[in-house]
Amino acid sequence: MNTAGSATNPMLLHDSFIELSARERARSLFDPGTFRELLGPFDRLESPWLPLQGIVCQADDGVVIARGTIGGAPAVVAAIESAFQGGSIGEVAGSKIAAALELALADCERGHVVRPVVLFETGGVRLQEANLGLAVIAEIQAAIVALRAHVPVVGVIAGMVGCFGGMSLAAALCSYLVMTKQGRLGMNGPEVIEQEAGIDELDASDRRHVWQLIGGEQRARTGFADALVDDATDAVSAAVREMFARGVRAEHRSEQVDGYLAKLAAVDPGTVTPEAMRAIFGTRSNGGAA
Amino acid sequence: MEQLTFEYPAKRAVTTRAHVGVVGSGDLEVLLQPADAMRARVVVHTSVDGYSHIWKSVLDRFFTRYDGAALIEINDFGATPGVVALRLAEAIEAAQDAGNGARS
Repeated sequence: MNTAGSATNPMLLHDSFIELSARERARSLFDPGTFRELLGPFDRLESPWLPLQGIVCQADDGVVIARGTIGGAPAVVAAIESAFQGGSIGEVAGSKIAAALELALADCERGHVVRPVVLFETGGVRLQEANLGLAVIAEIQAAIVALRAHVPVVGVIAGMVGCFGGMSLAAALCSYLVMTKQGRLGMNGPEVIEQEAGIDELDASDRRHVWQLIGGEQRARTGFADALVDDATDAVSAAVREMFARGVRAEHRSEQVDGYLAKLAAVDPGTVTPEAMRAIFGTRSNGGAA
Repeated sequence: MEQLTFEYPAKRAVTTRAHVGVVGSGDLEVLLQPADAMRARVVVHTSVDGYSHIWKSVLDRFFTRYDGAALIEINDFGATPGVVALRLAEAIEAAQDAGNGARS
């Protein structure tokens, strides 16, 4: 059996995307046979900071960068491995993503369009690398904003970690976001909110409630995600291709400042419910593609 | 964190490399590649200190069946001996598949 997972496995009843490793996820998005990894594990671009703190490194620092084609067009995929340090963004991991996006931008500026996809699965900055991680997240965000004028930048949040912290802002800056029901998108994670604001504010163990607030279905219904897909490799792959087919966005969510401020003003923090959020944010004007 | 090194005799050259696993809770990452001499060398980075005798037992058993001149690097995040043995077997299988793929 091929552990690379390029062939479909007849033993699997359900071809889950969530259960794949970052490398397998990236591979599954490309047109068959075009996956080519850059700065892979044998290049040993590891974190120089983790060993100083007694933490074992991963040879790729938890990020897979790959080139290939998606829908016949040149593409680059950055996939975050959630099993390593919660998908946290350290200096090396983040630099790999930022550099991949910056190189895609350079190509786009020369008229050679490269389709960028980021597979978010991250708790945000890697606390052990603090400011270096934060700095590189800013670079990722700047690259996304520059790139999205040339080509759609497609983000995917499949779960089960979700996408939090500074990387949630990076996800929000993408042209289009694809989520599963299992995916979550939020600034602070539920445990952090419970710890900082108390259990009356949010009971992080109430999974149903957490997903009602920040889960993929709610994010799609409130216009923060553009596609809600089943946890299946072909569904994610098809949705990513559909997002590229929509083309460059006329107006990105992060540019609709007045519209979102008006919606926020309509929220009553004392009584807000998931349903109320849908009513306020779900009403059009999330800047559909041209 | 502890670094351990082990060496074993080898009888045949290894021509391909393989990477399996992830440095996640209870798991480990194995990087297998050709060694530069006719012997096998294993370098273990593990998050759990004080278990070098267990590592030696697991690797001693593994090398009763494996005779490749491989450099094996392991990044371990608290895997049990059973998981270590499975990942090592998976790495060998992946390296063999890579070899078969190159020939066909």
